[in-house]
Amino acid sequence: MNALNRRNANVLIWLLLLTMPFWMIALGGYIQLGTQVVILALAAMSLNFLLGFTGTLSFGHAAYFGLAAYGAAMTIKYLTPNTLLAILVGVCVGTAAAIVVGGLIRKLRGVYFAMVTIAFGQVFYFIAFRWNTVTGGDDGLTGWTRQAIDLGVVKLDIEHNGELFYYVTLAFFALGTGIMAVLLRSPFGRTLLAIRENERRARFLGIPVERHIWLSFVISCVFVSLAGALFALLNNFVDPRFLRWDQSGNFVIMAVLGGMRSFWGPLVGAAIFVVLQDYISSQTENWQSFIGLFFVLIVLFFPRGVLGIIRRRVAP
Amino acid sequence: MTQLLLFDVFNGLIVGAFYALMALGLSLILNLSGVINFAHGGFLAIGAYLAFTLMPYLGFWGALLVAPILTAGIGLVVERFLIRPLYGRDPLYSLLLTFGLAYIFEDGTRFIWGAQSVPYQVPGWLMQPLSTQYFFLTGYRLFMMILVCVAVGGLFLILTRTRLGVRIRAGTLDLDTVSVLGVNVRLLRNLNFGLGIYLAGLAGVLAAGMLGLSPTIGTSLIMPSFVAIIVGGLGSLPGTLLGGLLIGVASGITTVFYPSATEAVMYVMMGAVLLVRPRGLLGEEGRIQ
Repeated sequence: MNALNRRNANVLIWLLLLTMPFWMIALGGYIQLGTQVVILALAAMSLNFLLGFTGTLSFGHAAYFGLAAYGAAMTIKYLTPNTLLAILVGVCVGTAAAIVVGGLIRKLRGVYFAMVTIAFGQVFYFIAFRWNTVTGGDDGLTGWTRQAIDLGVVKLDIEHNGELFYYVTLAFFALGTGIMAVLLRSPFGRTLLAIRENERRARFLGIPVERHIWLSFVISCVFVSLAGALFALLNNFVDPRFLRWDQSGNFVIMAVLGGMRSFWGPLVGAAIFVVLQDYISSQTENWQSFIGLFFVLIVLFFPRGVLGIIRRRVAP
Repeated sequence: MTQLLLFDVFNGLIVGAFYALMALGLSLILNLSGVINFAHGGFLAIGAYLAFTLMPYLGFWGALLVAPILTAGIGLVVERFLIRPLYGRDPLYSLLLTFGLAYIFEDGTRFIWGAQSVPYQVPGWLMQPLSTQYFFLTGYRLFMMILVCVAVGGLFLILTRTRLGVRIRAGTLDLDTVSVLGVNVRLLRNLNFGLGIYLAGLAGVLAAGMLGLSPTIGTSLIMPSFVAIIVGGLGSLPGTLLGGLLIGVASGITTVFYPSATEAVMYVMMGAVLLVRPRGLLGEEGRIQ
């Protein structure tokens, strides 16, 4: 794909995202569905920063997603009804956990890394599940809503205006993906690619591989946390399922479905996944089986993902 | 107090034995094929429900014997048609596939056998407490411990004394060389997978007698099994056994002093082990990538 094509693709994607509220309704969807796609896409793209561009498989990203969700929710409920502060607290909580866990696992690789991230993901699930008095346990944390954002000049009433909340979410999405894109183009990002392609060679070149993987893990978790905080605000609700392993698996399948090796792939994957899940769960009680079947079929017949296949067609 | 503590330690040992039984199966598959079998809990549930269905025809003992074998059979088919195409690719794909299978198994058992949990009948004489002072020492629990010991002993005998076992262990170290020496590696992986699933099925039947049957029975046991493998050390079966028992006893003891941290304690242990020995307690450097 040449530079012109890539620029066209970027313009097309941003146009589609910016006009979403206008065509989503016409296609029979609803605004929240679009917001959900954007938020989960941010999460999947952050995961892909680690998975697709550093070549490290984390299967526990829901933990940081959910922690940030709880952080944001609890800030509004217990501390102060300020949406921006809630997002900030959420991101800080998720990132702090990622720094600690990342430090513990930075030396592990491959299957081992994946397994440890799965297991660590569950710690926070159990804490949220068990600590009834603070987190609401299995019933989740209710009794709070996202608050209007007061920017001094204007007041954004995201509490009642779903469209406005979509655009606020999109702004955060743009911020997150923008930073990741810049990082990937920087020498740091190129170093991550080098580690993905050949870790041993990268090590011989004097690159501190462990530190880079740790850093990449933390950066990825910062934006997953951002997505988690936004997701809590979208639902006005948090429960332990936000940080369970099936949520982590969903992020991974979104990245794979869209195409791990492309920057926008996870966005495509998230869109397909969210719409499909929404449709199937409205049609049948056994939606779990269909999602499972979907996983199996993608792995067996579609491992490169949508964008991976398109890219192959365009530039063989 | 001592009685209570003893009760919880014993409970922890039993739970730990479960974790170990499951984790050993997972470990076998992981070591030889590099597949993290997320569906292991699903296989466990299938084993339990198969025993439940077979019991009216075969009785308790018949079901105990046949159900794990049938489960292993399902495992062989799954390996042959779904997992075999993924060898040699990024471990991500087999992980995702078994992840999807776990969804299907859980939902499938719910669809076939219902979402409500059902009791699993164990012969009455096995349920009698063996002593009045140590009321918790029922025959069934003791029987379970013995059976787990027999299963684990049998597994280690297979691995050290039979040709299949030696090949599995050799394959864990260097599969390419084993293949070059003329061993049918595809068959080896297939049988090894079946062996692992057999252990899951057996754990399922035993768990059914103790916890009752519900579709989520496997899901609740799989995470501790992962922790057991990590604590014990990847690539080491004795390590896995040790890890399972350790986290079982640790969470048993925690139940006495701080019940709400029952699950959390094993993850704390995992963190501590990773900090001191990143390869796990009995894991060796560079055995598994």
